[in-house]
Amino acid sequence: MPPEAPLKRVKRKAFDWSSAAVGLAVVVSAAVVYWRDGQAKFLEILFGDVGLFIDILPKVLAACLIAAFVAVLMPREVVLRWVGAESGLLGIVIATLAGIICPGGPITIFPIAAAFAAIGADTGATIAFITSWTLLGYARMLVWELPFFGGEFVFWRTLIALPMPIFAGLLARAIAGWWARRKAGE
Amino acid sequence: MIYFVDGLLWVIAIGLGLIAMSRSRKVFRDSVSEGAMDCVRLIPRIMLGVIGSGYIAALLPQEVMGNWFGADSGVTGILIAAVAGSITPGGPVVGFSIGAAALKGGAGAPQVLAYTIAWALFAWQRVFLWELPVMPPRLVWIRVAASLPIPFLVALGALLLGKP
Repeated sequence: MPPEAPLKRVKRKAFDWSSAAVGLAVVVSAAVVYWRDGQAKFLEILFGDVGLFIDILPKVLAACLIAAFVAVLMPREVVLRWVGAESGLLGIVIATLAGIICPGGPITIFPIAAAFAAIGADTGATIAFITSWTLLGYARMLVWELPFFGGEFVFWRTLIALPMPIFAGLLARAIAGWWARRKAGE
Repeated sequence: MIYFVDGLLWVIAIGLGLIAMSRSRKVFRDSVSEGAMDCVRLIPRIMLGVIGSGYIAALLPQEVMGNWFGADSGVTGILIAAVAGSITPGGPVVGFSIGAAALKGGAGAPQVLAYTIAWALFAWQRVFLWELPVMPPRLVWIRVAASLPIPFLVALGALLLGKP
């Protein structure tokens, strides 16, 4: 992609069919909980989750701002050189390291990854980044996993999962190549 | 700890904001309004995801799920655990709390690993609510395909190592 190529942005609609499907599942589940467990349980879940929602909101705003700034500030040639299509194994390793140190919750990673993909990051590197954040991100590990599982379990899990983002990145590159060839063959 | 993570996210956002400001007022203003609009557009989804996942999780037969992937359930247990992980709704705690409860209730560590990793990678409601609307769909499906072997590879690694 030439550096001056226009930004490809995914237009975010406020609602669409995939959200509607989840919405339906939520409405049905909430109705079953109300009917099966009574109003007290229904309200308990509601209030607990509203608290979580209020907690998450500022993080999402910060992530969306980061994504917007990255899209205009990050020099395209730097992104192309380090994590672009020609970046090879090194690009995937860099993306994996970036995923480990990137802070934020599950929702915050996707806008940032999309911003990098829009300015020229390669499919394999973007996927290594997301996978690494998901499996090795320190924030998630310290805040959520450690209290539930304890140090030893988390240590071994992390050690075994360490090569996985690189594996996913390489496999993603292979799939993307196959996809492109199939498209070209049509 | 959580405040530190939140704080760091804002430190990065503000740092980038200052750099944008030093470029020009307009770059800063445009980026802020773009980012804020994106956030507003995500709000209904986040609401649905966070508030809704509590109800979906309440319906999951948690004890029964733990029994399915007991310590002697072997490869079948790993397979069941991975499928169970991907149907568990997203949100920060659901998968970890079910996994930890299963582990205490006698589930095998490789099976619990397959469960929590499948949940982290594929929780269907997270893919539909947050990933598909925000990223190009092609990227999302390639990511899902490329991650499919991971829960099994990690569980196998745990089986071979005998750890955790």
